[in-house]
Amino acid sequence: MPIIEPNKTKLLTMKNLLILGAGTSGTMMANHLRHKLYKDQWKITIVDQYKTHYYQPGFLFLPFDIYTEKQVKKVGKKFIPKDVVYIQKKIEQIFPEENKVQLEDETLYYDVLIVATGSKIAPEETSGLLGPLWKKDIFDFYTYEGALALRDKLRNWEGGKLVVHITEMPIKCPVAPLEFSFLADDYFRKKGIRDKVDITYVTPLSGAFTKPTCTTALNYLLKEKDIKIEIDFAIESVDNETKEIVDFADRRIPFDLLVTIPTNMGDEVIAKSGLGDDLNFIPTHHNTLQSLAHENIFVIGDATNVPASKAGSVAHFAAETLTDNILLYIDGYPLKKEFDGHANCFIETGNNKALLIDFNYVTEPVHGNFPFAKFGPLKLLKESVFNHWGKMAFRWIYWNMLLKGIAIPFVSRNMSFKGKVFDIKPEK
Amino acid sequence: MAVKTIAGVQVNLTEEGYLEDMNQWSEEIAKEIAKEIGIELTPKHFEVLNYLREKTIAKENLTIRGVGKSGIVDIKELYVLFPKGPLKFSSKIAGIPKPTSCI
Repeated sequence: MPIIEPNKTKLLTMKNLLILGAGTSGTMMANHLRHKLYKDQWKITIVDQYKTHYYQPGFLFLPFDIYTEKQVKKVGKKFIPKDVVYIQKKIEQIFPEENKVQLEDETLYYDVLIVATGSKIAPEETSGLLGPLWKKDIFDFYTYEGALALRDKLRNWEGGKLVVHITEMPIKCPVAPLEFSFLADDYFRKKGIRDKVDITYVTPLSGAFTKPTCTTALNYLLKEKDIKIEIDFAIESVDNETKEIVDFADRRIPFDLLVTIPTNMGDEVIAKSGLGDDLNFIPTHHNTLQSLAHENIFVIGDATNVPASKAGSVAHFAAETLTDNILLYIDGYPLKKEFDGHANCFIETGNNKALLIDFNYVTEPVHGNFPFAKFGPLKLLKESVFNHWGKMAFRWIYWNMLLKGIAIPFVSRNMSFKGKVFDIKPEK
Repeated sequence: MAVKTIAGVQVNLTEEGYLEDMNQWSEEIAKEIAKEIGIELTPKHFEVLNYLREKTIAKENLTIRGVGKSGIVDIKELYVLFPKGPLKFSSKIAGIPKPTSCI
């Protein structure tokens, strides 16, 4: 009779949980699950081709010299638990029918797969965007390199027509372009050249604020900051010769400096693996975060197609539900249909003030106190200095709590209605 | 929320005039809403509207890009059918929720 050593039996029955992407979502899932899954039963592996983990909300502040490079990047491995195998390699393709993932030079098999490959800008989707003016008079701030190049440009820019432009939805952090416009107003005021700068905000949607409560509560901001707005603008191309953006109805908007949010798309590995929609986002159950096509594939963060904001705060709440659901799935129980699209975001409005919004799939942002119904101290949907310091403090929370999967005290995964005041009557 | 009679049927509308419940929609209602916006609906319009409704029922995201790739119209043609706000007006006429951002 052959003798099997105990640890060999374990090896034979050891199962594999594979996480693709070590960004905000992937890192959080590695931390959550390592604490919950038995180490002698589950091997957890995380794959990401990049060494650096960026604090992406910080990209908004880089162009205005509010944050330094050092404040927004750290070595990603630092945030991965030591009992999780970290592989820094490029992912070539997922083979869902065979439960395997091909990396550049090795193949990984999985029992459960979590896709957290995020989203990124695809400027090549817009004709003329990568023309001669790219990185000269046309910039993005959704990449580290783009935000730095824009910072260098702004340091010496003497004024003119600044156009802040969204190509198409969905985009990561949908409110960032608006915050950029507010911070630009503040930046040029402090520089003493606001009178030489004309700021126009261009959106494919029907307003800067698209939810009735927000339109009512916040429309004053654009007027106060003298920001012009062009709505329903679906860009067809950039005219590099006349320095204009052109839409499908031949509407032209001239610029001296164009800060654009290019089309956002999921990773190309999703397209290659046949898992995505036409923007490479993966069809995902809105409330369980299980992929609609494969029951052992789960999707989190920007990689999903769920109609929640593509933002770290959403991923943070989603990670709590997904952790529970992975455990339920492993044990053969039905999944919780719990995730409600909860988002909780600070919105910089310039002049050291910020708003805080709290909303989900179905409930619009409202007034109220947060997180404590009576005391706040944060105010929802109203500008305050306190909210601004909340946003500044969030960088510390991100690196020290959020990535490590530590729950933020008093903030629940689902949207709470305590302390919310439904007092905003939308204008007709 | 407001109740309004469109094409002889009582429907619930949002403050911005979008149908609250896409199941209350009919081609007659579509024609009435379109008329208010100033659009005379043709069979091509209805192809787009039905496409938008199908995508909404399938819980897929609606984008101008998606309509452009639908094989029904390209984006230029969509602009001709629904001038000055293709997605805004087509979704209103299709009886589906308004496309929004987070605020």
